[in-house]
Amino acid sequence: MKRIRTSLLTRRTRRASAGSAGEGGGPFNHGAGVWPWLFVLPLLSGLGVFYLWSIVQTFYFSFTEWGAFGGSTWTGLQNYTRLFADPDLYRAIGNTLIYTAIVLLGVPVAIFIASLLNTPRLRFASVYRVLFFMPYIAMPAAIAMVWRMIFNGDFGVLNYVLARVGIDGPYWTSTPGFAIVAVAIVGLWSFLGFAIIVLGAGLKSIPPEMSEAAELDGASPWRRLISITVPLLTPSIFFVVIVSIIASFQVFDLLYAILGSTNVALPRSMTLVYFFYQEGFVNNQKGYASAIAMAIFAIIGLVTLAQFRLQKRWVNSD
Amino acid sequence: MHSRTAPSGGRRRLIVSVVGAIAVAVLAVGCSNTDPAVSSSNSPTSASAEYMAPASDLTANITYAFWDMLQKPAIEANIAGFNKLYPNIKVNLDVTPWEVYWTKIQTQASSDTLPDLFWLNGPNFQLYASNGKVLPITSEIAAGAIDPANYPSSVVGIYNLDGVQYGVPKDFDTIGLWYNKAIFEKAGVAVPTNDWTWADLSKAANAISSTLSSQGLYGVGGDMTAQVTYYNTIFQAGGNVISADGTKSGYSDKATQAGLQFWTDLIASGASPSMQQLSDTAAEKWFTSGKLAMFYGGSWSRTSIANSEVAGDVNVVALPAGEQEATVIHGVANVVAAKSKNIAAAQALQVYLASKEAQQQQGDLGAVIPAFNGTQQAFANSYPGVDLQIFLDQTAVAKPLPISKDTSAWNALEAALLPDAFSGTKPVAEVADDLANQMDAALAK
Repeated sequence: MKRIRTSLLTRRTRRASAGSAGEGGGPFNHGAGVWPWLFVLPLLSGLGVFYLWSIVQTFYFSFTEWGAFGGSTWTGLQNYTRLFADPDLYRAIGNTLIYTAIVLLGVPVAIFIASLLNTPRLRFASVYRVLFFMPYIAMPAAIAMVWRMIFNGDFGVLNYVLARVGIDGPYWTSTPGFAIVAVAIVGLWSFLGFAIIVLGAGLKSIPPEMSEAAELDGASPWRRLISITVPLLTPSIFFVVIVSIIASFQVFDLLYAILGSTNVALPRSMTLVYFFYQEGFVNNQKGYASAIAMAIFAIIGLVTLAQFRLQKRWVNSD
Repeated sequence: MHSRTAPSGGRRRLIVSVVGAIAVAVLAVGCSNTDPAVSSSNSPTSASAEYMAPASDLTANITYAFWDMLQKPAIEANIAGFNKLYPNIKVNLDVTPWEVYWTKIQTQASSDTLPDLFWLNGPNFQLYASNGKVLPITSEIAAGAIDPANYPSSVVGIYNLDGVQYGVPKDFDTIGLWYNKAIFEKAGVAVPTNDWTWADLSKAANAISSTLSSQGLYGVGGDMTAQVTYYNTIFQAGGNVISADGTKSGYSDKATQAGLQFWTDLIASGASPSMQQLSDTAAEKWFTSGKLAMFYGGSWSRTSIANSEVAGDVNVVALPAGEQEATVIHGVANVVAAKSKNIAAAQALQVYLASKEAQQQQGDLGAVIPAFNGTQQAFANSYPGVDLQIFLDQTAVAKPLPISKDTSAWNALEAALLPDAFSGTKPVAEVADDLANQMDAALAK
């Protein structure tokens, strides 16, 4: 199957180069000159200015110390030695990992819901899909306002419901330890819709004959999910996991909006990006914040690289 | 072949037209820089020489930045008055919420794109003044356009660095003890008076909490952000936050620690909601929802209290005294950006907003206490049945909000460390000594 696709591709390329053979060379060879580059220039310039150049600059700034209003002095590795000795860094990494782990719990839940939605002849399937997807497209600030009220320790709905079943709920958003869990629950809830849509699309590409054949052989629905659906879904699962880990490592807005800047639990609930924001924009230590940004960059890079390495072990690529 | 030549001719035309468009754009930008309005107001002498009120036909477009949406109506009224004098100066109001105001202003200051005129507060003042980001008002004082003697000296002093004055307050605020008469009646406790002491407050607050706790009511509370709560009690205990020259922390002082202990005790006994409860629901919200009997709140809380469901049940008295009477005083100043392109117009607005006429208007609209002496009566009378006069009378015992060259550095330390003391997680003395050490290190930088 793979071979057929490759040969199709080469045939198409060959035809394309034959078309311009009159002047000699393919589309990106001598004849075309700057034209192809001119077409990608708008995209490339944005990418260059707002991403690549910023990364280079941030890397440079991470070796400097800033004055209150700009103007930087070279301080060598000082920011990094301070960073690795800063307990806030390890607390932030810990909180980020807790957040990520909780959000990842959403993946199996999403697989389950997506396969329910994929049930043949399900009525109102698109209505359900819209309902699940809504949190993902809603504004984080608006979501945070609502959840803040739900989590309110004295007057919130959540503790009211818990009290009804005899549980004395904690101050969710203002108790260190609970605060990051509360934020992660909201993160999971709003991420679920995206995962369901992606996994749902993946499910659609699995040929129904396989499941039908297994059914004829007497496999239970659960067995079919575990032995057929999930293995064939691994490319979609891999994508969802990668995206959710990257997004989780960058969580900031939910934490900022749900906890609020005067929250007593905040110093112990900071995630990596919040730690970066706190140092860079509240304490105005731009050089130190650049070092934190480079650390975040390295951590996300390493985690993603590790995932791509490990994917060969579990992702089905047939 | 055929199909290749046509586009190459088109390409040349395209390049020509792109170059042409760029040239036109450059010219357009160049033109706007030589706009007569900008250049006429851009005379470099206006900052250093004696201030002269600009001609009334001065044309300019300036921006005035501030953070308090509640004051927008009064400011719009001010601008209308200003435009009677200068009909051709267009003032754009730029309101940024408090939470992100300083982040924005600091970024603008870094790139020298500050709004022409903007609100500056005490904690940030010295940072901007010492880095040359704002203009002194020396020339306006010399010309008699602004006279610092017209404003409360404790607030004027906040905006003076090394003998140079950079602004005068547009308003000031002090802290008072707001209380809910209905809750006191329900608990059968006598209402506070201006002569109360810490012991009186503690007794009443504990009595209310223990009587009415089943209804979710508390005796006393305040947001544990320095200015409205613990700075006041630190001063009342005879302590200090920072030495007069702004170089040494006062947190290792026993009197200062007694000011912190006051709150720890109220929280521990249940007279006040816990730190977590105050994080979940702000103290002002507790009070305006009728769940709090006494509220340490600023004069600026007048507007939200007067618009709340408890509006008819409240009154306010001076803060209870500790070793001595004290309240924190602070006021916002209008300052002109040093790199403003419209200094003459910005200074004209600065002078106008400092005038008795403009401040009287601020007071009449009741949003804040205007700073110009003799314009405050309208504020004091703006809430019938509530003795707002105490906010004015307390200026006699008021202490200016503690600041230094880089206030935010140790404000961040206070916010990070003190919650442990208030919640009782660690002893007050241990936390305060730790804070003093870290604060001294930050001040030494």
